[in-house]
Amino acid sequence: MAQLLSSPVAATHHPANTWLSRLVHSTFKNRSLAIGLLIITSLGIVALLAPWLAPHDPYLQNTANRMVPPIWHETGSWTHPLGTDRLGRDYLSRLIYGTRISLFIGLVVALISGLIGTTLGVLAGYFGGRVDAVVSYLLTTRLAMPVVLVALAMASLMGGSMLTVTLLLGLLLWDRFAVVARSATQQLRDAEYVQAAQALGCPLPYILLREVLPNIAGALIVVATLEVANAILLEATLSFLGMGVQPPSPSWGLMIAEGKAYMFFQPWVITIPGSALFVLVLAINLLGDGLRDLSAPGGRNE
Amino acid sequence: MNSAASSRDPLALELCALSKTFKLGGGMLHKSRTLKAVNDVSLRVPRGQVMGLVGESGCGKSTLAKVLLGLTPPSAGDVLINGKAIVNANQKALARHIQPIFQDPYSSLNPRQRIEQIVGLPLRIHAMGTAKEQAAKVDEMLELVGLPKRAAQQYPGQMSGGQRQRVAIARALIMRPDLVICDEPTSALDVSVQAQILNLLLDLKDEFGLTYLFISHDLAVVEHLADRIAVMYLGRIVEEGTREQIFSAPRHPYTQALLASALTPEPGLGVPDIGLGAGQPDPTQPPSGCAFHPRCPIAQPECAQQAPALSPIAQSAGPGTSQGTSQGTSQGNPTRVACHFA
Repeated sequence: MAQLLSSPVAATHHPANTWLSRLVHSTFKNRSLAIGLLIITSLGIVALLAPWLAPHDPYLQNTANRMVPPIWHETGSWTHPLGTDRLGRDYLSRLIYGTRISLFIGLVVALISGLIGTTLGVLAGYFGGRVDAVVSYLLTTRLAMPVVLVALAMASLMGGSMLTVTLLLGLLLWDRFAVVARSATQQLRDAEYVQAAQALGCPLPYILLREVLPNIAGALIVVATLEVANAILLEATLSFLGMGVQPPSPSWGLMIAEGKAYMFFQPWVITIPGSALFVLVLAINLLGDGLRDLSAPGGRNE
Repeated sequence: MNSAASSRDPLALELCALSKTFKLGGGMLHKSRTLKAVNDVSLRVPRGQVMGLVGESGCGKSTLAKVLLGLTPPSAGDVLINGKAIVNANQKALARHIQPIFQDPYSSLNPRQRIEQIVGLPLRIHAMGTAKEQAAKVDEMLELVGLPKRAAQQYPGQMSGGQRQRVAIARALIMRPDLVICDEPTSALDVSVQAQILNLLLDLKDEFGLTYLFISHDLAVVEHLADRIAVMYLGRIVEEGTREQIFSAPRHPYTQALLASALTPEPGLGVPDIGLGAGQPDPTQPPSGCAFHPRCPIAQPECAQQAPALSPIAQSAGPGTSQGTSQGTSQGNPTRVACHFA
């Protein structure tokens, strides 16, 4: 209580300082947020520094050195800590470069779909009426489409590549953004501060971008984390099915697909990229949960 | 009243037969119903005065405010501000003359903006002065509404309800509008804070020569503030007159019931029985004739047939009341009442 009473005063003296320390404090109090953030940050650093971290060239084949087992296996060696694949490529290096593909696709897909979904949702929620009817129609149409099936069909038509997968998923995964943005905007549309801005003659872009968007951003960020995880999994799915990222790119899904013939005798070719995928998606979901807790009522009242 | 704005037109606001109808529902299978939220309202607000607008919840007060602010177009009728029609006027031009103060200070300020941004927004949107001049004006305005200088850097979440309402007042007045629509500005506040805000509004009115349209359901607040009072029932104005006339000699049976319903501080008296029977009728299916007749204690058969017009009354005492003394008519702005028997 004492802290509650003193915080406004403190905030005026050192606004930036207090804001930052409060953010850091609440981040570390929230364990899932802290763990998620830690894992994602480290994976981000791995992706950025891949050329320096990878011990070998991920594309270099060495048929004399095929299917070397990882280090914990009795015949493993430190030259290839995670072993090699069926073409003798270093598995650790491929895993490290694969981080780039997963993170890139996850982030870009969330960005594209977030842009589409938020635009549609905010417009539908703000204007209502006919605009809402059109957007709701688009939304139900989209929700009626099975994502994997449509993505597979389109990818086989256009030929799988990283660009195709990114665009396809970006154009398919906007539904949750639209639903959340629409309902959040509907609640804000009649808020008195929006009416005050309207009564002032504020131009529409100002009202949407400055009055509405900042106040629904919390909910959208939570959706974005979920969609990043979703996109990474879908990319792995499509690559596994051969319609996503094409060989020899070191996509994790592709690595699992290439290893599936050896599954029963050299299981690490599947478990290693599978675990990497699991850890990344888990971390993103932890982050999303943590962010939701932060933005939930009873958290910060600003 | 010392403002330069008190030029030509003596009326700050004039409503001519203003109506606002909403279509409810309606689809392929349902017939849509119409809701006359504001029905043929005519009102004249002289410059520098406070016009109180009272009525129960749902009688159309807030819809009227929205129409005046240009947030929704009227279905029929005209609104004149300083003698000029505002229907289809540019929202920005309108905003310079008329500004709102809303009911709930917790939802009228954007929680993501600093107070200086909120109060300075009108100046930025209307490109008035340089950034430095705007900042100086914001400081001046915050001081005028009684907020400390450091408030400028705060967020609304760090302020109390009363402080927030002061911010809302500062935002409404920073462009020096002629007319301020106060939509129940104190009903969300503690009683102890209400008086401060009301006195602040009165002080600022004198300072800037403002005209208020003060919407409220709190009769005590209106009595404290208003020069003239209009009573609204189901979208229509049923009685309009000076404060003294309305409070001492109400003519319309609805006004009488409304005044009788005011709670007294006397303990033990309990909730007054106002004899209005059940609640308001469904506004989408208003009663025939005089909309008030199902609840009216003096209703006659003809009330269900014919709607009474809002017409000026002579100074003789009506049957409803006994003390029609000297106050009634004031300089060419007589008391008007819509009742066959007033």
